[in-house]
Amino acid sequence: MKAPAFAYAKPASLAEAFELLQNPNAKILAGGQSLIPALNMRLSSPDLLVDITGIPGLTGISVQGSFIKVGALTTHAQLETSETIRKHVPLLAQAVPHVAHAAIRNRGTLGGSLALADPAAEYPAVALALEAVFEIKNKTSERRVDASKFFKGLFETDLQPGEMLTAVEFPIARPADKSVFLELARRHGDYAIIGLAAHNGRFAFLGAGDRPVLFSFGKNLEKAKEALKTGLKPPADLYNSSATKLHLAGVLLERAWNTIRT
Amino acid sequence: MEHDQDITLTVNGSMVSRRVAPRQHLVDFLRDDLGLTGSHAGCEHGVCGACTVRVNGDIVRGCLMLAVQANGCKVETIEGLSDSKEIAVLQKAFHEKNALQCGFCTPGMLMAAQDLVRAKKKVTREEIRTHISGNYCRCTGYQSIVDAIEEVVNG
Ligand SMILES: Cc1cc2nc3c(=O)[nH]c(=O)nc-3n(C[C@H](O)[C@H](O)[C@H](O)COP(=O)(O)OP(=O)(O)OC[C@H]3O[C@@H](n4cnc5c(N)ncnc54)[C@H](O)[C@@H]3O)c2cc1C
Ligand code: FES
Ligand code: FES
Repeated sequence: MKAPAFAYAKPASLAEAFELLQNPNAKILAGGQSLIPALNMRLSSPDLLVDITGIPGLTGISVQGSFIKVGALTTHAQLETSETIRKHVPLLAQAVPHVAHAAIRNRGTLGGSLALADPAAEYPAVALALEAVFEIKNKTSERRVDASKFFKGLFETDLQPGEMLTAVEFPIARPADKSVFLELARRHGDYAIIGLAAHNGRFAFLGAGDRPVLFSFGKNLEKAKEALKTGLKPPADLYNSSATKLHLAGVLLERAWNTIRT
Repeated sequence: MEHDQDITLTVNGSMVSRRVAPRQHLVDFLRDDLGLTGSHAGCEHGVCGACTVRVNGDIVRGCLMLAVQANGCKVETIEGLSDSKEIAVLQKAFHEKNALQCGFCTPGMLMAAQDLVRAKKKVTREEIRTHISGNYCRCTGYQSIVDAIEEVVNG
């Protein structure tokens, strides 16, 4: 299908973008890899698209003390080939190849994926497991939000009208840290049936609820499996029942355990 | 109509200027406005890969990029890659291995496959399958496509 009509603007600065975003029917356009399909299917009909890809300073990966700061417009492909990410945020590096297909990774962005907050997406679970911090700006101020407070529900985040996610900070992995990303999908690059981003004792499941679902587990696998069984209620999708997904979550937990907890 | 915008871009090496509606995606612009019908429009929501084109050297979904976003960009389509002979070896291998039947997926498939050829390193069949995972073929069953790509990439 074809998208409904809308106006398009490509501001050259944050100030200009925030001015345009005062329009309540304006929508931010980043990589467009989720927004344009939604427009093509007429699931969304904004008056104005504010293309933020012409704003300087929103891309890039840099070391800042004990954090790696990643600009919101950094693409999946840039994350995938980044030596800094591979070395310092290995959990994120493991997750990227699971995001969509090569042609989509060339345009889709970290910020777009987190702002969309698809419960089956990889990055929200990674951000939650790593306790990432989100940098959010609006016309007049800037604030920082922990990943645990950012995801509010199905496609729902803490972002308010007129705000933009500008960067994300991931803690640099310490030598003793152990992390692993696992995902089951029908075809490589499809959204996950179920997935797991695990970092030390923090286990964040994707495709398992209306947002990423976090468990903190101690050293006992049997207790962890029990807690998962009673605590996780994954919604059924088109192909898999809730029971199947719960079973698969348990399979991923056991697989991850060997890397993380031993 | 008031929203229409002027864009200038390079398509297969030629400079092109047109006025477009913001809602028009790149593959429709290439097909309807420029008559370059080699890039196909299938699902129009990013799933099938039939619309794959190159923008500034990287493959992208032509249905998930607006024509206005291509302003100032260098766009290459299957016509360009074919005329320049860049993909001549792949095309021959596809032909010889029976890697196409109806041909609907073929332009996108060749675009994605050429990525692997350009990377200039040996790949496993599994890696080929992963790389073309975003391109649907409803005819061949993929086996012959993987055969053709493998022959060209691994020699
Ligand atoms: C076939 C297909 C398969 C896919 N598979 C996967 C997958 O397996 N896993 C996965 O995670 N994703 C997948 N995706 C989605 C893809 O990863 C997108 O790139 C991503 O979800 C959105 O990023 P974007 O930059 O394209 O955002 P856009 O599409 O431009 O925007 C998405 C939403 O976020 C808002 N937004 C964007 N940037 C910001 C910002 N900086 N601040 C505030 N709001 C913002 C927009 O207004 C919009 O509502 C798939 C997409 C397709 C088409
Ligand atoms: S038409 Fe673009 S991916 Fe199907
Ligand atoms: S040859 Fe017909 S879809 Fe691939």
